[in-house]
Amino acid sequence: MDFGTINPILLVASLMVSATPILLAAIGELVTEKSGVLNLGVEGMMITGAVVGFAVAVNTGSPLLGFAAAALASALLSLSFGFLTQYLLSNQVATGLGLTLVGLGLSSLIGKPYEGMKAPSLADLHIPVLGDIPVIGPMLFQHDIMVYVSIAMIAAVWAVLKFTRAGLILRAVGESHDAAHALGYKVVHIRMMAIAFGGACSGLGGAYLSLVRVPQWTEGMTAGAGWIALAIVVFASWKPWRVLIGAYLFGGVTVLQLNLQAAGTSLPVEYLSMSPYLITILVLVVISARGYHGAPASLGRAFHASH
Amino acid sequence: MNRRTLLASAALALGLAGTAIAQDKTKVGFIFVGPVGDGGWTYEHNQGRLAVEEHFGDAVETVFQESVPEGADSERAMTQMALGGADIIFTTSFGYMDPTINVASKFPNVKFEHATGYKRADNVSTYSARFYEGRAIQGHIAGKMTKTNKIGYIASFPIPEVIRGINSAYLHAKKVNPDVEFSVVWAYTWFDPAKEADAANALIEQGADVILQHTDSTAPQAAAEKAGNVITFGQASDMGEYAPLPRVSSIIDDWAPYYIARVQAVKDGTWESTDTWDGIGPGMVGIGEISDAVPAEVKAEALAMKDAIASGEYHPFTGPIKKQDGSDWLAEGETADDGTLAGMDFYVEGLTGDIPN
Repeated sequence: MDFGTINPILLVASLMVSATPILLAAIGELVTEKSGVLNLGVEGMMITGAVVGFAVAVNTGSPLLGFAAAALASALLSLSFGFLTQYLLSNQVATGLGLTLVGLGLSSLIGKPYEGMKAPSLADLHIPVLGDIPVIGPMLFQHDIMVYVSIAMIAAVWAVLKFTRAGLILRAVGESHDAAHALGYKVVHIRMMAIAFGGACSGLGGAYLSLVRVPQWTEGMTAGAGWIALAIVVFASWKPWRVLIGAYLFGGVTVLQLNLQAAGTSLPVEYLSMSPYLITILVLVVISARGYHGAPASLGRAFHASH
Repeated sequence: MNRRTLLASAALALGLAGTAIAQDKTKVGFIFVGPVGDGGWTYEHNQGRLAVEEHFGDAVETVFQESVPEGADSERAMTQMALGGADIIFTTSFGYMDPTINVASKFPNVKFEHATGYKRADNVSTYSARFYEGRAIQGHIAGKMTKTNKIGYIASFPIPEVIRGINSAYLHAKKVNPDVEFSVVWAYTWFDPAKEADAANALIEQGADVILQHTDSTAPQAAAEKAGNVITFGQASDMGEYAPLPRVSSIIDDWAPYYIARVQAVKDGTWESTDTWDGIGPGMVGIGEISDAVPAEVKAEALAMKDAIASGEYHPFTGPIKKQDGSDWLAEGETADDGTLAGMDFYVEGLTGDIPN
């Protein structure tokens, strides 16, 4: 096989960029699911974030404001899901799917005037010292700030879940909402916060698509990224660092197969194209074959204090 | 026998009822593969739909469904549209071919029009545009303008239409620049901006300085613009917002005249199953303005080629042309027949890589 024209530095650099949207969305969904809520509306929240982030960035000229607005907008949207599922006790699966549909429709409505426009670009950081290391520097340390934010987010979620009281409470709510309630924790409030966090992260992921990775607004541009983020949470068996591995693996295989094709390798492209999905399925099979998959025990179950 | 007569008269009655409604208000349905705001393929079909509305005013009603996946789901969408009283349904992607035939057999009184396919029935017409004519012009400009001699091609699915485009572009690039090489990336999607952008980036990183695309979004244009020093061509739609650079020209699909003519035929009761394949000459394929980034003499040559193709004086597939495996395809001066073109499943000599199945 000829890897001749593939530059490994650029390959790693572009896989990090390619993985960032699903990484952000997946870590948000992980927190939501850890609290026992299954929000299938990631796709809808991502695309809402993509359009709002793009619109705000275009109007203000500041991509960072765009990201902030995207996080806010998607968090608000996710709270509508939270209100329906936590207070009105609607079915989480159906409401989540509804949220996706709402997000897709809403975004194409908001996005109409922004088609074909260009967004202000987010400058790449050149981290001093680290960025100057040959090979590793351009590979890892010359990205835009959101790539590092996404990795920091993984670390933060991991640390909070593992070492803090807040993390413990969140996990308690997700494992057994009745027990957490009996201990005096406000299950619904905690879940609402987790839902909003998940929404904000999805919004950031969507905005990363429209502001950095593509960068433009096109209707329906998430094209299924939200569903992949959901799969990665399961793939990661609800562990933050594994989300990072899953997202990079997925992003990596996607970018690698396109690069291999561009380099004219003789590998049949059908297999290359399906490889990210095959690997995901394989890992899911391995995980479930081991029996323990780490899903929060109360995942997807409705809670009402009277029950 | 009795039963058959009964059925026949029932069908006749239905048919009459159908015509009665048609005289009233013709309902025109569209099935789109992407969102109408994709800025490319579906956008232009939707422009055609809007032109139908404008042309006929209150005499028609149009309905459409966007982002319909190719395959079983599209059958449901078409059935729903037919049950909803559509008189004619345009299904605008290659992958709707078998679903269109299936649904059409259940609704003999509804007319179906399938874009870019080759299966017809009494109530199913096919129509397509000779995009490969535009690809010839793109190939010419690309061959002249590339500095790295590497041209990247983002292909969607390995179907004849896409393969024709690759062959046509390659032949004409090679003609003006014998050193040119094509890298073809199969994206296996018509519309996925992130993946299209990744594909464009992969090609650019490997040295391509011209990107041709056969996918529907403007994402590769944005990627090329970001990279700088890369030229692109608008696909299906003008994508003029990326002119003068990276987008130096485009292939524009103009479906409006065809849609208006076909809807008129339904209204007049003269609709028949036909196979339409029009190119630059009749105006179904337009060449977007060639920007100033293209040197004047290259632009003049490209325009001359456009005129020659439009008048029928020049055919983009004119021999001698060999197939990739070295066997002869067209002899000196011979032009390709439509049958071979419609089913094209081979690369021409000089292209590297295999066509996936």
